Amino acid sequence: MLLIDIDACIGCGLCEANCAFDAIHVVDGIAEVNENCTLCGACVDSCEVGALKIEGIDREEKDDLSTWSGIWVYAEYRHGRIAPVTHELLGVGRKLADLKKVPLSAVLLTDKAGDVPAQLVSYGADKVYVVEDQTLAQFTDEAYGNALEDLARQYKPEVILAGATAIGRSFIPRVATSLKTGLTADCTQLDIQQEDGALLQTRPAFGGNIMATIASSKTRPQMATVRPLVMKANVPDPARQGEVIHCTIAPERLVSRVKVRNFVALEGDQVNLNEADIVVSGGRGLDGEKGFQLIAELAQLLDGAVAASRAAVDSGWMPYPHQVGQTGKTVSPKVYIACGISGAIQHLVGMQSSDTIVAINRDPHAPIFDVATYGVVGDVFEILPKLIEKIKQARSA
Amino acid sequence: MKIIVCIKQVPDAKDVRLDPKTNTLSREGVQSIINPYDRHALEEAVRLKEKHGGTVIVLTMGPPQAAEILRESVSCGADEAVLVSDRAFAGADTLATTYTLSQAIKKIGGADLILCGKQAIDGDTAQVGPGLAVRMDIPYVTCIRRIVEASDKAFVVERLMDDGYDEVEVTLPALFTVVKEINEPRLPSLKGKMKAKKLAITTLTAADIDADTAQLGLKGSPTWVVKVFAPQLKGDRTMIEGTVQEQVDQLAEKLMEWC
Ligand SMILES: Cc1cc2nc3c(=O)[nH]c(=O)nc-3n(C[C@H](O)[C@H](O)[C@H](O)COP(=O)(O)OP(=O)(O)OC[C@H]3O[C@@H](n4cnc5c(N)ncnc54)[C@H](O)[C@@H]3O)c2cc1C
Ligand SMILES: Nc1ncnc2c1ncn2[C@@H]1O[C@H](COP(=O)(O)O)[C@@H](O)[C@H]1O
Repeated sequence: MLLIDIDACIGCGLCEANCAFDAIHVVDGIAEVNENCTLCGACVDSCEVGALKIEGIDREEKDDLSTWSGIWVYAEYRHGRIAPVTHELLGVGRKLADLKKVPLSAVLLTDKAGDVPAQLVSYGADKVYVVEDQTLAQFTDEAYGNALEDLARQYKPEVILAGATAIGRSFIPRVATSLKTGLTADCTQLDIQQEDGALLQTRPAFGGNIMATIASSKTRPQMATVRPLVMKANVPDPARQGEVIHCTIAPERLVSRVKVRNFVALEGDQVNLNEADIVVSGGRGLDGEKGFQLIAELAQLLDGAVAASRAAVDSGWMPYPHQVGQTGKTVSPKVYIACGISGAIQHLVGMQSSDTIVAINRDPHAPIFDVATYGVVGDVFEILPKLIEKIKQARSA
Repeated sequence: MKIIVCIKQVPDAKDVRLDPKTNTLSREGVQSIINPYDRHALEEAVRLKEKHGGTVIVLTMGPPQAAEILRESVSCGADEAVLVSDRAFAGADTLATTYTLSQAIKKIGGADLILCGKQAIDGDTAQVGPGLAVRMDIPYVTCIRRIVEASDKAFVVERLMDDGYDEVEVTLPALFTVVKEINEPRLPSLKGKMKAKKLAITTLTAADIDADTAQLGLKGSPTWVVKVFAPQLKGDRTMIEGTVQEQVDQLAEKLMEWC
């Protein structure tokens, strides 16, 4: 509960200005809180006279936390391929494990492990827990979730990290709920708190307009999904040694009430949008499928993926899986090239954390230029063909 | 078929912004809206009802003013509305939210199908759907983009994956979270608006849903916010000027350096 010391409150209104939820107002010179309050604490931090306090955060530790130790990374492996985010997780996991002086382990759930455990070791894992079972040939939330849950109960890691991918965001909440522990979604930064070794998980909220740092250190394991392309993978070292532990899961735990009948691959895509380093994106300014052929050509030339604004998707020029923004995907590539996109906030929230943003738009006042690293005012139909030509020439020279 | 749609009232993303210079929030006239994904969940529920018969109940956990989105949902085709509201729910993270929602759903007699949005645009967690299914001990499928077959006993749906989509089969009762590709939500009808006006909203408190208070709100939440701050903005932007050819030359040079 938020407590307001009415003697200390000077009615300055700083708390009101800092509240994202419209939950605190100065009425007759004194702050008043309403039902919107989520106890996020933003007002407490803003108060310069110490009039605000949140009570009830004295959390009890549920069980003996010291029996949980080690950092785990869920190694996403699908259709014969390790998801690149797994390597990134091993990179950040290695750092956390070294800081805490504990082992870093990867968990592999599959029907056929092959040389994947060795690869995971080369990227930094000290141990690889492998469950090899025919029922894991297809991803199902129940079988994958139960397997990871059972391993966690048995081996008691203090931290479990997974990619914020379609798979990670689908089954990791199952594991966290079953273990009755905290889970932080889509993190972009992970740190260890000096005083108590707690995992500090930083993530964008409100579509990236606000960053929040979240802790869940009174329960174990501390769990987080991590946004792809944000963490750095280590260079693999084939000479690294690690331990591979083969585990069995009770057969009844690998039963799924959801059955996968069929898989249809995304058509016409060379590069997966979530994993692409370069994204070339088009909006209504592209004026149709013809325009998107230019986008596709440039993307292919740069080894990048194709994206679109909602306006372009709604017009039927690109299929929905390519939509970036509030109701589409969130991407953070090294380079995002926005062509003929106005930069409505609903689009910006899906791409504004990209390292470099190039905007091409004929309207010099388009809001996309507010987030751009490089801006080009001009007509995409003049610029893109020339640009493609120029890059081709330079490449062949 | 009894369908429950979980909906959430959220602040419109475009209104919420932290000013990085003063670190204060500018939220001039923050609008509260139905979480955009939840509109698609509602629309799918109403379409299923129209085709197969049944009832659509919208359910939200939130402050009293969340009743607004329940009325709006009824004007778009929902039959009944339930508001779960209690000061004890304040500060709930996804674990406490799924506990509260599951208790409420048990109280209203369960459902054949529960539909949620893929994620809420304020917290962006996408965790409530899966967590709720676990609490109810029913199977779930996230990010569905199409219902291929539907019957009283089983559904075939397409779930969106990073590399394409899976076609999956699931027995009822079940929970799905939907992406916006699944349908185009309808606008409120005149008849719906009339109905919404007269609608009696069932309000449930913590006591009504037989909740264990230790699992509610802040107390029942293993995660908590340590701090909030403004994202770091990129350095100043550079405009690439000149004739079209000059612009292209500079841009090409940069792109080849990066790519
Ligand atoms: C609840 C909700 C959710 C939403 N979710 C999303 C989302 O996920 N993703 C998303 O993108 N949007 C989303 N939107 C929509 C968003 O608000 C915008 O409507 C959309 O992004 C606009 O797309 P656009 O920039 O392509 O089109 P426009 O706004 O029409 O902009 C086109 C731009 O192209 C420029 N242009 C035109 N012709 C040329 C040319 N020949 N050369 C150069 N420039 C040219 C114009 O100057 C203009 O700036 C959402 C909206 C709502 C309400
Ligand atoms: N307080 C709530 N009341 C009802 N439904 C909710 C609530 N919070 C989340 N949901 C549902 O869960 C989905 C995912 O939300 P989230 O996990 O918060 O991203 C939403 O689209 C809603 O369908």
